[in-house]
Amino acid sequence: MAFITANWNPLGEAFYRKTELYEMCWNLRDGLRDSLVAAAPYGGPIALLREPLRRSPSSRPQLEIYSASGVGIASFPWKSGPVVQLGWTVSDELLCIQEDGSVLIYDLFGSFKRHFSMGQEVVQTQVLEAKVFHSPYGTGVAIVTGSSRFTLATNIDDLKLRRLPEVPGLQGKPSCWVVLTQDRQTKVLLSNGLDLYIVDNTSCTAVVPPGLSPQAGSVVHMSVSFSYKYLALFTDSGHLWTGTSNLQEKLSEVDTKKTTTPRQMVWCRRPKSQQPSVVLMWDRLLLVAGVCNDTIQFPLEDPCVLIGELDGVRIISSTNQELLQEVPLVCQDIFKIASMAPGALLLEAHREYEKLSQKADEYLREIKEQSMLGEAVKQCVEAAGHEYDTNTQKSLMRAASFGKCFLTDFSPDQFVSTCRELRVLNSVRESSVGLPLTHAQFKQMTVQVLIDRLVYRQFYPLAIEICRYLKIPDYQGVSRVLKHWASCKVQQKDLSDEAIARAVCVKVGDSPGVSYSDIAARAYECGRTELAIKLLDFEARSGEQVPLLLKMKRSQLALSKAVESGDTDLVYTVVSYLKNEMNRGDFFMTLRNQPVALSLYRQFCKLQEQETLKDLYNQDDDHQELANYYVTASYKEKRLESRLSLLQSAVDEYNKAKNEFAAKATEDEMRLLRFQRKLDDEKGAGLLGLSLQTTQVRSDAVSIMWAEPEHFQATMEALLALGLHKQAEQLYRDFRVPDKRYWWLKLKSLAEKEEWEELEKFSKSKKSPIGYLAFVEVCMKCNNKYEAKKYVSKVTPEQKVKAHLAVSDLEGAADAAIERRNEAEMGAVLSRCSASDRLVIDRLNRARAGAAKK
Amino acid sequence: MAAHLSYGRVNLNILREAARKELREFLDKCAGSKAIVWDEYLTGPFGLIAQYSLLKEHEVEKMFTLKSGRLPSADVKNIIFFVRPRLELMDIIAENVFSEDKHHSSRDFHILFVPRRSMLCEQRLKEQGVLGSFINIDEYILDLIPYDGDLLSMEYESAFRECYLENDQTSLYHTAKGLMTLQALYGTIPQIYGKGDCARHVANMMLRMKREFAGTQNQILPVFDTLLLLDRNVDLLTPLATQLTYEGLIDEIYGINNGYVKLPPEKFAQKKQGEASKDLPTEPKKLQLNSAEELYAEIRDKNFNAVGAALSKKAKIISAAFEERHNAKTVGEIKQFVSQLPHMQAARSSLANHTSIAELIKDITTSEAFFDNLTVEQEFMTGVDTDKVNTYIEDCIAQKDPLIKILRLVCMQSVCNNGLKQKVLDYYKREILQTYGYEHILTLNNLEKGGLLKPQTSSRNNYPTIRKTLKLWMEDANEQNPNDISYVYSGYAPLSIRLTQVLARPGWRSIEEVLKMLPGPHFEERQQLPSGLHKKRQQGENRTTLVFFLGGVTYAEIAALRFLSQMEDSGMEYIIATTKLVNGTTWIKSLMDRPESQTP
Repeated sequence: MAFITANWNPLGEAFYRKTELYEMCWNLRDGLRDSLVAAAPYGGPIALLREPLRRSPSSRPQLEIYSASGVGIASFPWKSGPVVQLGWTVSDELLCIQEDGSVLIYDLFGSFKRHFSMGQEVVQTQVLEAKVFHSPYGTGVAIVTGSSRFTLATNIDDLKLRRLPEVPGLQGKPSCWVVLTQDRQTKVLLSNGLDLYIVDNTSCTAVVPPGLSPQAGSVVHMSVSFSYKYLALFTDSGHLWTGTSNLQEKLSEVDTKKTTTPRQMVWCRRPKSQQPSVVLMWDRLLLVAGVCNDTIQFPLEDPCVLIGELDGVRIISSTNQELLQEVPLVCQDIFKIASMAPGALLLEAHREYEKLSQKADEYLREIKEQSMLGEAVKQCVEAAGHEYDTNTQKSLMRAASFGKCFLTDFSPDQFVSTCRELRVLNSVRESSVGLPLTHAQFKQMTVQVLIDRLVYRQFYPLAIEICRYLKIPDYQGVSRVLKHWASCKVQQKDLSDEAIARAVCVKVGDSPGVSYSDIAARAYECGRTELAIKLLDFEARSGEQVPLLLKMKRSQLALSKAVESGDTDLVYTVVSYLKNEMNRGDFFMTLRNQPVALSLYRQFCKLQEQETLKDLYNQDDDHQELANYYVTASYKEKRLESRLSLLQSAVDEYNKAKNEFAAKATEDEMRLLRFQRKLDDEKGAGLLGLSLQTTQVRSDAVSIMWAEPEHFQATMEALLALGLHKQAEQLYRDFRVPDKRYWWLKLKSLAEKEEWEELEKFSKSKKSPIGYLAFVEVCMKCNNKYEAKKYVSKVTPEQKVKAHLAVSDLEGAADAAIERRNEAEMGAVLSRCSASDRLVIDRLNRARAGAAKK
Repeated sequence: MAAHLSYGRVNLNILREAARKELREFLDKCAGSKAIVWDEYLTGPFGLIAQYSLLKEHEVEKMFTLKSGRLPSADVKNIIFFVRPRLELMDIIAENVFSEDKHHSSRDFHILFVPRRSMLCEQRLKEQGVLGSFINIDEYILDLIPYDGDLLSMEYESAFRECYLENDQTSLYHTAKGLMTLQALYGTIPQIYGKGDCARHVANMMLRMKREFAGTQNQILPVFDTLLLLDRNVDLLTPLATQLTYEGLIDEIYGINNGYVKLPPEKFAQKKQGEASKDLPTEPKKLQLNSAEELYAEIRDKNFNAVGAALSKKAKIISAAFEERHNAKTVGEIKQFVSQLPHMQAARSSLANHTSIAELIKDITTSEAFFDNLTVEQEFMTGVDTDKVNTYIEDCIAQKDPLIKILRLVCMQSVCNNGLKQKVLDYYKREILQTYGYEHILTLNNLEKGGLLKPQTSSRNNYPTIRKTLKLWMEDANEQNPNDISYVYSGYAPLSIRLTQVLARPGWRSIEEVLKMLPGPHFEERQQLPSGLHKKRQQGENRTTLVFFLGGVTYAEIAALRFLSQMEDSGMEYIIATTKLVNGTTWIKSLMDRPESQTP
């Protein structure tokens, strides 16, 4: 503990420390010499290709993939062409850029995913150098070809190749170059002899870094920082220039006194760092150069590889891996010898407390006197986050916890979350997992991405444990892991469909947010249709099952699932798919087994395909509907003959459907049509078209009545109006019109034509089935009081009063009412009386009084 | 604006706001000036969600009605079609788009499907070759539209017809979806009851959809305690009867559409003070009817016979309030009076309007025809001579009264008699066909398929049993100060509402026998609530039930439920939802078939 500062090296104001991350698990016979090595940042995997340019087909180089701790993940002989560069994408895919410009993409486990080419012309000119870079758009690739031209692809997942303009005077490859991403633009900075150029999409511009001494010589190495914000240039005279990458500002210039070009040069800075610095590596030397003129030098025994990280540099050698970083300020404050920072005092206080020494109280008092206890706790917590050693973490957290006891209103959030995060970090840093993330990297990466990475490396149990431990909602946590697990599981070739389906179901159960159809789709992609169907059965959302089932040509199943979902649009979709896929017979048979689908299809046909509708009914022997269909069709027909023949078909079908009434009614309709035609022919009565003329639009508020074609009633009315009484009589008998209705008809018709004599004759033809009040009222309606009065006497006693009132005969009404001794009727008469009817009123009142006495 | 939606037990404004938010989001997706082309049917329901002002704020400059041919010219960047997912509309849109291209090429097209996008329609657009012309194809999920503080409707006109005649359950899918949306906003409804096949289907879909969304646990404290799903075909009788509440009669006589009624203008003309009544307005008077209007909220659910008294009482209060001005002596008093003036004037004009409406209705309700019709309805409901041909119906046919009136009566007789004797049925049918035209055979077939009209089968008439057990007929219905729901039909207590009432107390177990006589299964389901969301009920706090009528509900039924909510000892508050607000006329009309005739 006391020696925690032992590996600190001062550089100006700041300190740098080298922490060992791993002893590498791998066993490399030849070390890293002569190998192409690519290691991804954020503790990503390491890819290794020995002698990448060896062209002998007899001994192929081996491509090996390791975790950051050196655990072997994949290894296979490289069978393709010579590789110029290896690189990792942001989603842990390996890019192998070949000399001929083709880029092969492998996943973490070494299985080939896909490939693309950096352009046809490259096959001829060959790739001289290539770089993989990351930008906000994703992972990009840049190459320089034998014809000294640069080609860029800013996002390999959305491949658009950009050939950059020519660089004046460039022969072969430049002495060094980097890819810059600025203002949403990707550019290349390159050095050729004494000149520096920036090449973007359209132009190539010569640039001069501000303040670079003229005697510095030509740039032979350059490096851009993790965030693309800073640039470092190394010249052949050993000068190191640092500044902003837009070349607007200079940070410093250091003379390293090394004239050989470094093998690697990487920025080493952290967010909020005190001093940006650059790490340079030569064969036997590692050198850290900052703003001040000082440098730190570490000897190297082995060839190494540097990996720039967000907050430091990882140094990988064949035996171990170290992290070189600026010591965070808070750690400096606490651990610096003789520091009086509150955190340092608190740590000391706790140490004394554990020794049961009263000094603890003294330290504590000292902090409290400055009211710095809250600050002290915060410092300890923060520092713990930065420490890699678990013992140091523990002692800092214990000190923080100890300090917390003496604070009343201190939010425990940071303490708790740091505790949790450290546990997670420690578990993924384990050599067997091999993700050496710092706390800052973890924060930047987010826990979501960490879980994705674990899942991608198939550390499912650990991932689930972390999700549960951090209480991540199932949707984003456990379920997501299970989904990946299941997608991976379905690819296991050695297990039976049955076994896999069962295993998946047991593990996944009904975890929210896991889509069985996604898993099934994966299984289907792997050619396991049966398994896919089994898995789809677990899918709760029927809607989700359908598209895949269709894709797998399980249309029957798709249809029943669609029906199950209740989503009629989905049913329609399957139906229209089936319609195109199947022959008509099969299609109909399929529908027949699915009544819901059949009804929907009928609906569709009703609107769109009348003919098909008929076929459907025919197939189902649905005579009733078939008959209705013919009836509907008959109304669309202009010609009488065709209309009659359609109606005849309707009659036949109604008969088959045992709907006697409808058959009979339709026959009547045909009879009427024939009758109308006959009459039209004979008399030119125009009956066939007549329906429209007699259309009455009722102004009745309750409802409207539509225009009626094929109208029996209208025909009768017309006959009567035309004076064709005989024919009317015939219809009346033939169609068994009830007397009542016939009498009403005739009454109205005669009154309208003012054939009063005829009417009277009619009234006497037999006893009126509708009574005689109707006669009175109809006559009155036609404004013939004289005629109306004729019928008053014939009205039944119950209606007498009404009848008299209808013809405004108050006296008669009064008489009738008094005779009937009906109080209500008397009242009704009274209400119609006006002042001039004194006599009637008196009589009525007297009668009422008399009735009341009794 | 829509404050009346938030006064009730359940703040339905949340639903409206959610709908508005979604609309705004969609409109903002189409950047720049826009013109909306409306499927005309949607304008009414949309009016309840968003006024033109909201659209205007989001750069909607023009509105057109969707019709075939060329789109009217408008200098806008975006043309948005607001349509229901119907194939025939797709053809019109395609036509619009085609004729457009030649004239302007810079306008962007979008489609907003209401309430749901449809692959079938998109396929159609694709076949027509215009699918690619659309920048955005989106759906606007508008299932349940808030009509009032306690009333939601989908305004899905053909729901009953589709479910019972065509075996097309699209409307039920929308219902289930709508209920899921509702639960997302108001919490999972722990208890579901239902009666009828459609109810069962909806409940099944809801439960499955809940499983599908298992991941997103709803963390909202449930507002509704119970959901009751009722099939319209469980109670076919009620909508056939003439509604006798104020609102019910307005709907029966003039028709209420999306909360608006159009009235004959004469009665309203001379009411305007100061103006000479020389020009009678010819445009119908359009009035909005909802609980935002205090007086209307007070009288709409009353039996019409009690409305007169209520209006005159109100008149007295208002004139008394105006009289107050004479008592106002100090400046402060006058100031206070003046501050109340706008409110009082609004009350006065509201009173004037409703007095006019009441007069209009009274003219009809006091007519002999209305009385006769009602008498027959009540005879049927009480079971008098339901097995014979009714002379009144016969006369009405002979007089050629409106067909729908006849159909309502005949169906009612059939329902009250559990089917008509074959002879009686055939007689009516022949009379109807001869009098109103043979093409109505399709309509009659439909009514039979829907169960409204049927021949009596051997089984005996169970309507009397149902009537007695559920007390559907109350001899002494009190219209002025009701003590039972039967007041809404002056004696007849709507079956659907009795079922609701019995469910609340003493429970359906007491009427198992009757439930078995009514069509379709009855059931109960429970939905698990996440722990911690179980309501701790206050002493005396009412429970809330959402009653969903599948296939339509009448205003009188709504009135009856409101009456139950207000009863002191009921312990239950009802919120009403339906596929469509109906009355006997609109309902029967939706079941009619009308072949397009090609008479030479």
